[in-house]
Parts: sequence; C-alpha cells; structure tokens
Amino acid sequence: MTAVGTTRPPSRLRRLWQFALDLWRVLRRPSSVFSLGLLVLAGFVAGVVFWGAFNTALELTNTETFCTGCHEMRDNVFAELKSTVHFSNRSGVRATCPDCHVPHEWTHKIARKMQASKEVWGKIFGTIDTREKFLDHRLELALHEWARMKANDSLECRNCHSADSMDITKQSPRAADTHQRLLFTGEKTCIDCHKGIAHRLPDMRNVPGWQ
Amino acid sequence: MMKFRILALAGLFAVAASGLAAQTLDALRGPVPLDTEGQPPRMQPMRNTTEREIRNYPEQPPLIPHSIEGYQVDLNGNKCLSCHARARTGESQAPMLSITHFMDREGQFLASVSPRRFFCTQCHVPQHEVKAPVENDFVDVDTLLSRANPGGPRR
Repeated sequence: MTAVGTTRPPSRLRRLWQFALDLWRVLRRPSSVFSLGLLVLAGFVAGVVFWGAFNTALELTNTETFCTGCHEMRDNVFAELKSTVHFSNRSGVRATCPDCHVPHEWTHKIARKMQASKEVWGKIFGTIDTREKFLDHRLELALHEWARMKANDSLECRNCHSADSMDITKQSPRAADTHQRLLFTGEKTCIDCHKGIAHRLPDMRNVPGWQ
Repeated sequence: MMKFRILALAGLFAVAASGLAAQTLDALRGPVPLDTEGQPPRMQPMRNTTEREIRNYPEQPPLIPHSIEGYQVDLNGNKCLSCHARARTGESQAPMLSITHFMDREGQFLASVSPRRFFCTQCHVPQHEVKAPVENDFVDVDTLLSRANPGGPRR
C-alpha cells in the first residue's frame, strides 16, 4: 500500500536540473510571441548597455582613487611617488598610477587586467599587508615591472615622452649626449637607465648596471 | 636701599630690552628686526653641466657639476655608481671614482667601493647659482707661490 503523504518530494538538485532543462528548451524554441526585429533590437540595446557597463567598470579600476583604495598602495608606492617629479613639478602635469602601469591600448589593457587578478589574490591573503612584507617583496615586484617595460620598449614612458619630440638642445649636455648615443640608436630603452624614478629602489646588487 | 637697587636694575634691563627689540641687524639674515622673519632668498636650481670645476686645493673632493635631484644613495643602491663605477664608465663616459674610494681604513685596496666611501654626498656636493652671502678672500696655493715674497705679508 502506498500512502500519498509518504512520497518524498524531488531533491533540490533534481529540481535545479529540471529548471535548467526547461530553460534550455525555451531558449532553443523559436519565439512565438516576439518578432525577430524586436529580438534583434533588444539584443542590440542589451549589448550596448552591457558593453558600456563593462568599460565603465574597467575604467573605474583604472583610476588613482581605485589604486590607492588599498593601504598597500597608498602607504607604500603612492607615498613614495609624491616626492618625485612625476607627481610634483614646475608645469603641474603629472602621471597617475595607470599612466605607467596599465597599457593604454585596449587589447594589452585587457591582458594586463587579467594578469592583475593575481593582485586580488594577494590582497585577500595579505601578501604585502605590512611594510615589512612589502619591502621583502619589493625586488620581485620591481623585477616584474622592469621586465614588462623592457619587453614593450618602455611603452608607458613613451606614451608621454616621445623620442621624436625630444628637443635635445633643451636638455642638459649630459642628458643630450646619452640620449643621442643610446636612446635614438635604439641600443637602450628608457627603463634600462631610468629605474627608481617614481618609487624607491629595491636591493640593486644583482641588477645589471648597478652595484 | 636694597629695594631701590633692584628696582633700578629692573628699569635698566627694561630699557636695554626695548632697545634690542627695536634694533635691526644687517647680518646674514638681512635687514630685518630680530623678532620678525625675513623673506628667504628664492631657491635656485642645481647647476647642470658636464664641465668640471677646478679644485681649489689638491685634496678637495671634486664638486658635482650636474644635478643629482632624486638620486637614491642608500643601503639598496647607489645611483651615482651606475655611471661612475669602474665597470660603468665605458658606457657613461663619466669619470671613474678614484682608487682612494677602494681603500679601507688600513690603506688596503678592496675589490669594490669601501663602505666608508659609499655615501658620495658626504664629500661631493652639487652647486647652485647663488650670490655668496659673505665675501671670501680664499687664495689658492699657486697664487701664493707666484707672489714675489711667498709666505710674506699679503699686499
């Protein structure tokens, strides 16, 4: 004998699976209510909204306010930047964090942003959440940035400092000579000589050209 | 009598103090009353050339003819040495730091810069284009020797 009250209701997992199957069936069936035109238009509008929101959120993570929202950046690298020429100078033109650390061009920007998801991991697990931990990691962090800039021929420097627009007659003789010999010939790129210009240097003992 | 003396002394001090406050001295700080701050001279940029300056005496540490703004010299690294170190002078064409910088305090030559000679600006200084606040009548040794009567009274 089977009593009505004793049959067990389907499990939660089973119901979820059933819902997914139903949804899939609806999605596969041609629409019988909305016209193709409306669907295309709705899809287009939704696409615009999604794309706009995505890029807005992306640009929001590309601001100094966002970068210095964490104490790791605010108390270490940003504090150091403040005393350098890239923060305070005679003309008042200044570089913000993403100007040097995020490529401006879209494809490379997305690639960099994907790499930067590692930094979220670091934030969650407190990899550099004290000054001491930051100093311990400083060489590693700096090596990453130097390698990146070396690989892309100091692209982020050149977004503002173009070799073509450099008037070496307005530079000091020392700078003019060195730029002519090493930069204009392509023998070296900016980061080869200009290390530690925006933040303090790590231990430089094994870095080529330093001791 | 005692009370009168103290009063007189206090009066004398008061007169002297008021005189001092009103007095203006034309010293290094400029013709400004002692109780007010003067206008400091404008800061000048560092001299930024490649031309070496003549040393005033043979032992003088050479002056730095170029700007060293933002150069980091500390436990982590030495920006000066990235041009002036022995191995770097080929590329930089900068003068190599002298062999004395490799000596320890017993006079032994080390393989690299001695720690006691690591901090460049202890002896070497950059120059600013400023008017000297006091006159300097320094005469170098060559001028002294060329005098008719070396070691004699100045004329």
